[in-house]
This record gives sequence, C-alpha cells and structure tokens, in this order.
Amino acid sequence: MREISVNRIRDEIEEMFIEANFHLPEDQIMALTEALKAEDSDIGREVIELLLKNAEIARLEKIPICQDTGIATVFLEIGQDVHFVDGSLEDAIYEGVRRAYKHGYLRGSCCDPMTRTNTGDNTPPIIHERIVLGDKVKIIAFPKGGGSENYSEVRVFTPADGIEGVKSFVVEMVAKGGPNPCPPITIGIGIGGNLESAPLLAKEALLISYGKRNPDLFLAKLEIEILTEVNKLGIGPQGYGGRITALDVHIKAMPCHIASFPVAVAIQCHAHRFKEKII
Amino acid sequence: MQNAKWIKTPLQDKVIENLRVGDKVFLSGRIFTARDAAHKRFMEILDRAGELPIKLSGEVIYYCGPTPSPPGKIIGACGPTTSSRMDSYTPRLLSMGLKGMIGKGKRSETVQKAIVENKAVYFAALGGAGALLSKFVVSSQIVAFEDLGPEAIFMLEVREMPLFVANDIYGGDLYVSGIEKYKIL
Ligand code: SF4
Repeated sequence: MREISVNRIRDEIEEMFIEANFHLPEDQIMALTEALKAEDSDIGREVIELLLKNAEIARLEKIPICQDTGIATVFLEIGQDVHFVDGSLEDAIYEGVRRAYKHGYLRGSCCDPMTRTNTGDNTPPIIHERIVLGDKVKIIAFPKGGGSENYSEVRVFTPADGIEGVKSFVVEMVAKGGPNPCPPITIGIGIGGNLESAPLLAKEALLISYGKRNPDLFLAKLEIEILTEVNKLGIGPQGYGGRITALDVHIKAMPCHIASFPVAVAIQCHAHRFKEKII
Repeated sequence: MQNAKWIKTPLQDKVIENLRVGDKVFLSGRIFTARDAAHKRFMEILDRAGELPIKLSGEVIYYCGPTPSPPGKIIGACGPTTSSRMDSYTPRLLSMGLKGMIGKGKRSETVQKAIVENKAVYFAALGGAGALLSKFVVSSQIVAFEDLGPEAIFMLEVREMPLFVANDIYGGDLYVSGIEKYKIL
C-alpha cells in the first residue's frame, strides 16, 4: 500500500489546470500545423496561422489560450493499492480547482443552472474516477469549453439504425454546430454501453492522441470515413469556409444491451486543452 | 473577399455602406462587452422603461467575457463568444441605434434582417484566440453590471483589432457564402 497526501493531489490539480490553459498540447499544435498544409481556402489558412500564433502568445506571455477557461473536468485512475491521507480527496480536488482559477487568473465559467449566478470559483469540478491495478494515480485535467459542449449529444438508437445511424448523427451535429464550436474541431464518439457510459466514452475518445487509430480495424476505418464525410461539409476553420472542419475523429466502443445502440458525440474546439500526469 | 479596411468607432453610415462580407477589417476605438447575462438585464431595464447604463447609438457591442486581468496587464484573454445566444435580444438593440456587433458564428434570419434595416454590421472575431485578441486592447474598464463578474460590461479601447465582416447591409452572410464554396455534395 502507498500513502498519498490529498494535499499533493490538490497542488497537482492547481498546477495542471493552469498549465492546460496556457499551453496547447504539442499534439494539437501538430494537428493544426498539418491542417495548415491541407487547407485550400485562403481565409482558412489565415485562421489556422492566427490560431497557432494565439497558442504561442498564450505560452510565452501566460495569457489563457481562450477566455473560456472551461468547466474543470477531472479524470482520475486510482491504483487500488493507494491510500489517500490528510483529508478528503474530493475536497482536495475542489480546492485545487479553486486555487488554479484564482491564482491563474482564469475565468470562473460555472454558474447555477437556473438562476445563472456564477459560483465565483469555477467549482464544482466534474470528477470521473476509476479504480485500477497498482499504486499510482493518473490525473487528467481537462478544462472543457462551453461553445463546443453545446453541440455534443447522446442518443439511444435501435440496433436497426446501424452504422449509418452513427454516421448521419455525427454529420448532423457538426453541421448544426457550424462555426459555433470553433472549428477545426476534434470529434469523440462513444458507442455502446448505456445512457451514461456512451458520453463518457466519447469524452475519453477526445483524449486519444491526434492521428492514433482505434486498434479495431472496423472502427479505425469508421473513424476515417466519418472524418472524410465531415470535411465535405465545407465549414472550415472558424466556419469561414474550407476543407478542414475536423482535425480528427476518435471512437471508443464497448458492448451494450441487445435491444439498444447508444451513441454519443463529443465535440471539442481547436483549443483542445488538457494535461495528463501520473504520480 | 479579403479587402483590408481600417475603420473606427463610433461607426458612421458611410463606413458601414462600404463594408462587404469577407472583408478583413482592422477596428479601432471604443467598444463595449456584453454577453448573455448583460443582455438579459438590458431587456429587463427596457421592459420597465428604464435607461440603459450605456448609450447604444453608433456603438459596437462585443460578445465577450474576458478572463480576469492579472496585475500589470490591461486585460486577460478576450475572444468572442457564440453570438446566436444573443439573437433574441439583438433586433431591439439595433432599433435603438446599435451599429455593430462582434462575436463568433451565424446570426438568425431575424437578426440579419434587422442588420439590413438598421444599417448595421456584424463582425466575426477569431473564436478561441483570446490571447491573440488581448494584444489589440489598449485599455479596459468596467462600466456597468460589475456584479456579473466576467459578464459585466467592460468598455474596451481597441487598436486595429482584426475582424472579418460576417453580415453586411446587403444581406450577405460569410457563414453561407464561405461554406458554399467548399461544400462537397
Ligand atoms: S469553443 Fe473552445 S475555443 Fe471556442 S470559445 Fe469556447 S473554449 Fe474557446
């Protein structure tokens, strides 16, 4: 058994959310750089160049990449041999988020759903925990923007809707979002499970590296097919028209009930920010 | 497409007449931020025949909720938010003399009609380029609704802020014409 102080988790969370908001991951820089080469539209290329410049200014001058510094989403993989000490893990995560948004001068983007009153410190975070083998803790800090979240959805299809159902669902969502989720986007698709697991799979799919295909050949092919379809829409960078509406599509799948076919689509903007760490 | 134009606020009619969808514009002068909560409050004030904290005539509203300014900085990240969420409020403000809006994404038919009728213009700013856009802000000050936090009204002085004309007075829509060109059927 390994003891880990929750204070350490708190400090890591603070640092990771600040980092995530100032440093666009290398992967995403690479995706945008490749998009710059592939884009035909002049205005589209100009947009991508400016987005890369934006990322550089953010990194060098410590200005958030985007003013929407996101709802703080935390993925935790906790080794079953870990014993947390010095207090509540959940409180520590809340405090880490609170400190990150205060000390990093990040925008509190969280409010009461009915009164719309800002909670002031960007809490509560959304926390997903999984217990795994070992004595390590993997933390992913994922500040998720609202513009792209607004075009994400889960639907429970019937088995008869099949693969065509999935494809047209994704294309429909991307077309509906148009310029609003800040393209070029990344698309995470969760297939299977049930009502609550499909969106989680879709979110996890967003965290897969750029260009990495699903190990299942059928799903790998489906990822490419959907990417090709979506990029026929012509939405392009910022929706000003162009070839590169989406940078990549990732699918995560799991078995589901014989009667249903749940599918979730998670859309992520070009400010695809997250930070991962194993302690 | 892509004729660069340097313009100043408050926007004059003759300047607006000269703008076409797809033009790249460098905007200078003062603009006011307002997003969901501020718009909602504008409507509440107008409904009870009150007076808005800012005069809209000739002005430009920027749909933006910046990050807090760190010490020594004029402003934090300050990119645009999705404009369509303001669509239901916009025609009323345009009829009161609002001349320009800056945001991201497509506007409704009703807003586009109101833009034409009231001789106004809608500019697209780069969504998610909050760090870059902050470089064009030379001063920033909260002028109303401070209690709304990031949704308060900030008066910003901008210098050569890069924008694209998205809806002009001739009924053009960048989000339609741009996409048509690259759509593969
Ligand atoms: S969708 Fe993403 S890039 Fe666009 S404003 Fe929201 S967080 Fe920023």
